[in-house]
Amino acid sequence: MSRLALFLSALVVVLFLAALVIGPANLTITQSLKALVFGDGGPMTLVMREIRLPRAILGLLVGGALGLAGAAMQGYLRNPLADPGLIGVSGSAALGAVLSIQMGLAAALALALPLMALGGALVGVVLVLLLAGPRGSSLTLILAGIAISAFAGALTSLVLNLSPNPYAASEIIFWMMGSLADRSMVHVWIALPLIVIGAVLLSTLSRGLDALTLGEDAAEAMGINLTRLRLSLIFGTAAVVGASTAVAGAIGFVGLVVPHLLRPWVSARPGALLWASALGGAAMILASDILVRVVLPERDLKLGVVTALVGAPLFLHLIYRTRRWGA
Amino acid sequence: MNLLSLTDFAVKRSGKQVLQSVNLDIQPGELVGLIGPNGAGKTTLMRAALGLIPAQGRSSLTAMAARARGKAAAWMPQSREIAWPVDVETLIRLGRTPHLGAGQKPTDADAAAVERAIARMGLEGYRHRIATQLSGGEQARVLIARSLAQEAPLLMADEPTAGLDPAHQIATMQTFATLARSGQSVLVSLHDLGLAARHCTRLVMLHSGGIAADGAPRDVLTPDLIRAAFGISAHLQETPDGIIFQPLEVLS
Repeated sequence: MSRLALFLSALVVVLFLAALVIGPANLTITQSLKALVFGDGGPMTLVMREIRLPRAILGLLVGGALGLAGAAMQGYLRNPLADPGLIGVSGSAALGAVLSIQMGLAAALALALPLMALGGALVGVVLVLLLAGPRGSSLTLILAGIAISAFAGALTSLVLNLSPNPYAASEIIFWMMGSLADRSMVHVWIALPLIVIGAVLLSTLSRGLDALTLGEDAAEAMGINLTRLRLSLIFGTAAVVGASTAVAGAIGFVGLVVPHLLRPWVSARPGALLWASALGGAAMILASDILVRVVLPERDLKLGVVTALVGAPLFLHLIYRTRRWGA
Repeated sequence: MNLLSLTDFAVKRSGKQVLQSVNLDIQPGELVGLIGPNGAGKTTLMRAALGLIPAQGRSSLTAMAARARGKAAAWMPQSREIAWPVDVETLIRLGRTPHLGAGQKPTDADAAAVERAIARMGLEGYRHRIATQLSGGEQARVLIARSLAQEAPLLMADEPTAGLDPAHQIATMQTFATLARSGQSVLVSLHDLGLAARHCTRLVMLHSGGIAADGAPRDVLTPDLIRAAFGISAHLQETPDGIIFQPLEVLS
């Protein structure tokens, strides 16, 4: 195992434990871990098992999913500015969630929101496949993704625009910022299978993405099945991003910034970047979610706001570095 | 045994018949130059033979499974893409892709093939340089080394000498000739007819949708065929050093 893998794994473990022991309930580290593991049936165990554990697991899953999907998308499109939201799945998942809030389904049944979001993601991925086709260049995939993102975004705005209920509108806006607060183990069970399946699909891309460094023609002539690679990428990304959006809302910048930051550490190899970026994404979400609880605990700071606040300056740094290289 | 066999091969692109009735067999030990004016279908022929674009007729390569084809023929496209700032050795090692099973790590045999390719292209000093920061000609040499590392019996290269300085153009053609002498075969498209005349064991001239001539360089580079295909006149001389071919003027 390389030093980078060791470092990132250790970082994720530390942040996961920190996410478990940091919170408004003011438990000591030993108290909280004891309550989590042994379970005395008291309120401490309830806090640990029903509130902090699902939140930490979701942070791990969602962060890993976004990092992995971002690295896969950048590798496939051979573009460091690609983002897992590019194929339109997060936009259509968000539309499904927004509809469930607007129609009052989310209020009536807690599971309606993630399930409608998954339905939206499914519709999005089917549309992308119909528009872009299983074969063809990466450009058609980008165009199809942008078309669907734009359409889903327009419909989301339309729902907000026509919303007669200001409470629903503000709930929609807050949901779209992305958060891991008040999630339960049910959310974990919704997201886990999809994220695992998607991650397995995406991890098979490693060799193909490496070969794509030389272009689509050369990769195909070296025995890479581009049709299968494209389908695995679309379905894998749709599964992990759809599931993440369904349980956590739209969290930006992770899939964009994390692969970009870690690329130099894996000698720019797109295949090796997959797992590195998954670990890095998990670390970024866990750290951001800890920040949310530490900085303004009483104001319900949204996770997506923090990732954007952290991610945007990182991007400025990358621009600076790119310009220095270019000069 | 033929390394490539095209029978009654034809390619249509966006409704236009680009190539038809192409029959071509390449035996071991040949260095075949594919020549023809712009748009004659050199790239199309090679890509279709590999199965990268649809075609009619039979190609011995498209009949194979994807990975078997990757072991049977290496392909160096004309567009010299290097998408990520990887180091030269990593890039050349990508040529071993068809030899690796799912999840398999490169073996000593793969490392040895990469070393041979680096040595053949004289890239020892470049090993740890970042490929995207090299000059265009250096990148071309690295990409040729990548296709050599594939160690397939047939190497197909599209304009591999474009953008190289004269020494590296000659060295590249000599590398191909060495491969051919060792029993591999090379099919290479070229615009430099002097280079083609001097180094290739055989030339295939594409013109108006098919093979206009196929044979030894001196039999293909005749004044009539050169005028018909390229619309130029040329000077050809057999010397003790080999054939010297120099295009002279555009004929109206």
